Amino acid sequence: MTSAGIIKRLQNGLWHDNPGLVQLLGLCPLLAVTTTLVNGLGLGVATLFVLTCSNGLVSATRRWIKPEIRIPIYVLIIASLVTCIELIFKAWFPTLDRSLGIFIPLIVTNCAIIARAEIFASRNPIGKSIVDGIGMGAGFAMLLIVIGAFRELVGQASILSRLDMLVGGEPFDGFSFADSGLLIAILPPGAFFSLALAVALKNHFDSKR
Amino acid sequence: MSSGKTIVSTGVTLAIIAAICTALVAATYHLTVDRIAANEKALLEQSLEPAIAGMLYDGSVSESRLVISPPHDLPGSGAAIIYRVYAEDRPVAALFVVTARDGFSGPIRILLGVDAAGVVTALRILQHRETPGLGDTIELARSDWVLQFDGKSIGDPVIGGWAIRGDGGDFDQLTGASITPRAVIRAARDTLIYFAAHRDEIFALPATEEEQ
Repeated sequence: MTSAGIIKRLQNGLWHDNPGLVQLLGLCPLLAVTTTLVNGLGLGVATLFVLTCSNGLVSATRRWIKPEIRIPIYVLIIASLVTCIELIFKAWFPTLDRSLGIFIPLIVTNCAIIARAEIFASRNPIGKSIVDGIGMGAGFAMLLIVIGAFRELVGQASILSRLDMLVGGEPFDGFSFADSGLLIAILPPGAFFSLALAVALKNHFDSKR
Repeated sequence: MSSGKTIVSTGVTLAIIAAICTALVAATYHLTVDRIAANEKALLEQSLEPAIAGMLYDGSVSESRLVISPPHDLPGSGAAIIYRVYAEDRPVAALFVVTARDGFSGPIRILLGVDAAGVVTALRILQHRETPGLGDTIELARSDWVLQFDGKSIGDPVIGGWAIRGDGGDFDQLTGASITPRAVIRAARDTLIYFAAHRDEIFALPATEEEQ
């Protein structure tokens, strides 16, 4: 795979074919956990890891997998990887694990992951599939971070609150700009508004080109 | 004939991949099991800390766990947990972890520390899903509301006083939320009533064995 090809794959995941902004996959975790930047970052990194490994494993085993049983095998691979990442979070990031709650195990049902296994990794060599996983995972993580930061800024008038969940140390309330924010941004409707705004902005940039 | 062969070969493929995946999970489990257990114990002791701050006691509080299975008169329909605190075999305090089911959204997990005389040592909210900005002021991180339970008991205030002021009680309300504080106050009151009725039994029972 040439370096131009790698860049093109990454661009595809990050922008042109972004799982959240364009394919609109994996919206359940995207809408539910993005109340703060740190939450978005945590789930984003976990999803990136699972997506990259599952693409690699699916691609590596594609020769032996018959089309009839491909779905159970994808589910098996993805569920195992998610269990591993859940254990790793519980061991090294226990507070972040509690903050993300059920959404770590629910990565199993993130349709962006099985979609990449089905559409891409099952038909492409392992290197290409891993790059695709990194690109798509990073694209999804980027969107989680942007929406998390936006909702935190608007809803709590702060940024990077609970950074201690990632780096340890004393509880950290973030850099605060005002006493209170616009509550609706943190509530579920705010998630829909933020995502709609992000999709609209992307389409706006694309149409200007 | 050929379809029988396909079933076998497909089954073998599935079994091999299942074995590989299981090995992966097992390896991760072995790497993390000790850290996870240590984290959970630390978290538990940290969450119980406010209710026993400043007390002298023997041994580890987390090892005196008593699980009360339903049906019981404590708040919540599931099992309630009581951690007993002793000093030289004399009861010092009981720490209740109970669930209020009548909050605004979802169960509220409450820690209520009661000393041997039935006086509240501390009340803290362990887990809740109340509305951010309104009901979530029951968290100590957001307001001092829970601190007013310190030193209260059944009789101080009298039973009718265990309500928010708007309902004719002795407890401050929360701006914009009345269901949430009502649920917390009711849970605290019912727990204290249970403690008064079962005090000796609570301190006499042996610790509940950990399930393996």
